[in-house]
Amino acid sequence: MTELSKSGAAVGEPATASPASTAFLEVRDLKVHFPTDDGLVKSVDGLSFQLEKGKTLGIVGESGSGKSVTSLGILGLHTAGQYGKRKAQISGEIWLNGTELLSADPDHVRKLRGRDMAMIFQDPLSALHPYYTIGQQIVEAYRIHHNVDKKTARKRAIEMLDRVGIPQPDKRVDSYPHEFSGGMRQRAMIAMALVNNPELLIADEPTTALDVTVQAQILDLIRDLQKEFGSAVIVITHDLGVVAELADDILVMYGGRCVERGPAEKVFYEPRHPYTWGLLGSMPRLDREQQERLIPVKGSPPSLINVPSGCAFNPRCPYADVPKDNVTRTVRPELTEVGSRHWAACHMTQEQRERIWTEEIAPKL
Amino acid sequence: MLAYLIRRLFAAVVMLVVIILVVFSIFFLVPKWAGVDIATSFVGKQADPAAVQAVREKLGLGDPIYIQVWDFFKGIFAGRTYAAGGDVTHCAAPCFGYSFRSEQAVWPVLTDRFPVTLGLALGAAVLWLVFGVAAGVLSALKRGSLWDRSAMVVALAGVSLPIYFTGLLSLAIFAFGLKWIDAQYVPLGQSFTGWLGGMILPWVTLAFLYAAMYARITRATMLEVLGEDYIRTARAKGLREQTVIGKHAMRSTMTPILTMLGMDLGALIGGAILTETTFSLPGLGQAVLNAIRNQDLPIILGVTLITSLAVLLANLVVDVLYAVIDPRVRLA
Repeated sequence: MTELSKSGAAVGEPATASPASTAFLEVRDLKVHFPTDDGLVKSVDGLSFQLEKGKTLGIVGESGSGKSVTSLGILGLHTAGQYGKRKAQISGEIWLNGTELLSADPDHVRKLRGRDMAMIFQDPLSALHPYYTIGQQIVEAYRIHHNVDKKTARKRAIEMLDRVGIPQPDKRVDSYPHEFSGGMRQRAMIAMALVNNPELLIADEPTTALDVTVQAQILDLIRDLQKEFGSAVIVITHDLGVVAELADDILVMYGGRCVERGPAEKVFYEPRHPYTWGLLGSMPRLDREQQERLIPVKGSPPSLINVPSGCAFNPRCPYADVPKDNVTRTVRPELTEVGSRHWAACHMTQEQRERIWTEEIAPKL
Repeated sequence: MLAYLIRRLFAAVVMLVVIILVVFSIFFLVPKWAGVDIATSFVGKQADPAAVQAVREKLGLGDPIYIQVWDFFKGIFAGRTYAAGGDVTHCAAPCFGYSFRSEQAVWPVLTDRFPVTLGLALGAAVLWLVFGVAAGVLSALKRGSLWDRSAMVVALAGVSLPIYFTGLLSLAIFAFGLKWIDAQYVPLGQSFTGWLGGMILPWVTLAFLYAAMYARITRATMLEVLGEDYIRTARAKGLREQTVIGKHAMRSTMTPILTMLGMDLGALIGGAILTETTFSLPGLGQAVLNAIRNQDLPIILGVTLITSLAVLLANLVVDVLYAVIDPRVRLA
């Protein structure tokens, strides 16, 4: 139990009077719950992480693990424009540049949106307004936060389209989204997100709707632009290949909580959570010759309404039966430090996990 | 865009010709096949055969069908001359023939009554657009609230209650009971306030029905649009909520409303029979109702053609507005 309580401090669970964050972005014990007729959906249930400028965090998990809900929560989009619906219940702290967003004035947060923090959405065709030209949409995004005339903003839009690699930007600026190809649309979306030089860029499955060759181009583009603008980037994806390309740190989500977090190379080469092992096992890889069959993670994600007590991954965990000492099964495992800046939440002892990884999992990958 | 316009215009002209042909067939050829003699219905059942024969000859009812169709067309666009022996009547274009009952030319009857109907339809349209769309948007934004529920109950009542009920009720209360207004039709040229007084109840009654429909459509469309990804994008840009709703969401919401408006307005301009009858407005609807009672074929024919033309024009305008609103339509 001593280990558990120590770990609580390590991941920065907020104390009763939590001090202001010094990190560029810090999320503390974020909870996003949606009341529904069937009960309270705990989409995100106690998530904490930090991110510095110039770094990229990859958030990985299955559909319904709370990745997108987290990103929309950071932008404050769960509370903006929730008409008549039962309001999302959000608690915790989100610190951006020394400002706590959840307790800040909503209009102040609105002004930060698009200027200090911007978002690239998954499907650029549905995320761009079909009735306005690409140029009009970028110009609008720029003029919300910059007091300039339309001509200046249009020049800026053309400049951005050029920067993201759209040919003939001075002509294409007057095109409508339906006149662009999928990859071009995502480039335009990126141009729109970056038009105000945001310090935080959240890319929510930026390549899921694109074909493979275009995926690589878009990932390259995001990486180049990050170097150029020095912004902090959060990449949300279910594709480990994407984070392998981009991320400095990786956060693995399961059932609305973080199950493993650490530097990318640690999570890839010394993962300490059975769910991460499952994700790695189900990832197709071309760099290994003797690839056996892909091993899927059996079962389906847990219900977020009746989250099982104890470990949420337990019903799908191949190592659920490994004898565990000193552990009450109905207690949820907390994140414990398993290496430098590397945490995982599992009831197995670190020795058990190290042994299983090196003897059973790693050789098969 | 220009190519789209030309295509639409061309389609409208073709449609107009087809409509004239179809309408003519229904009115002149169907009675013929059914064994009903139009000349007899013109003159009256107890008329002597010579008079019937004279009418048949003058109206050209004995001519081959293609000649009759051609004469009818020519009458509309160039005018025509009815002649039987020494009895010659010239009917200037646009000629829709003469009423069987009053022997008045049909065209002046139509032009007399058209402004009444147009005023009724346009005035009501303004009312129902403003109130229907506003109520629908508010309901969507406050979904599930007391406002939403009561607005939708009122809308259900509006859709379900017939004009002759709400119309008579409003007359009974405001014109005869409270005596707030004199519900008497006064032409616009005579007195503006008199015209307003005569039109206000018909407008409100007609608008109530349509506002109810528009509120329901607006609410449903707005709710759908608010769930779209591009609305979330608009918020992520940092736009004010008023702009998100008023600009991004409204533009998409207007599309189906515009379609409905085109069809409804077109149909109403052809005569709001129930409203005009309830409020004794001398419009096209009342004219056509009287004509049907009297089996006055040329009047019915004229009103039908005007209605078709109105629907056609309204749809043409809607098509153009569509292309202005939705860039994807321009390719179609």
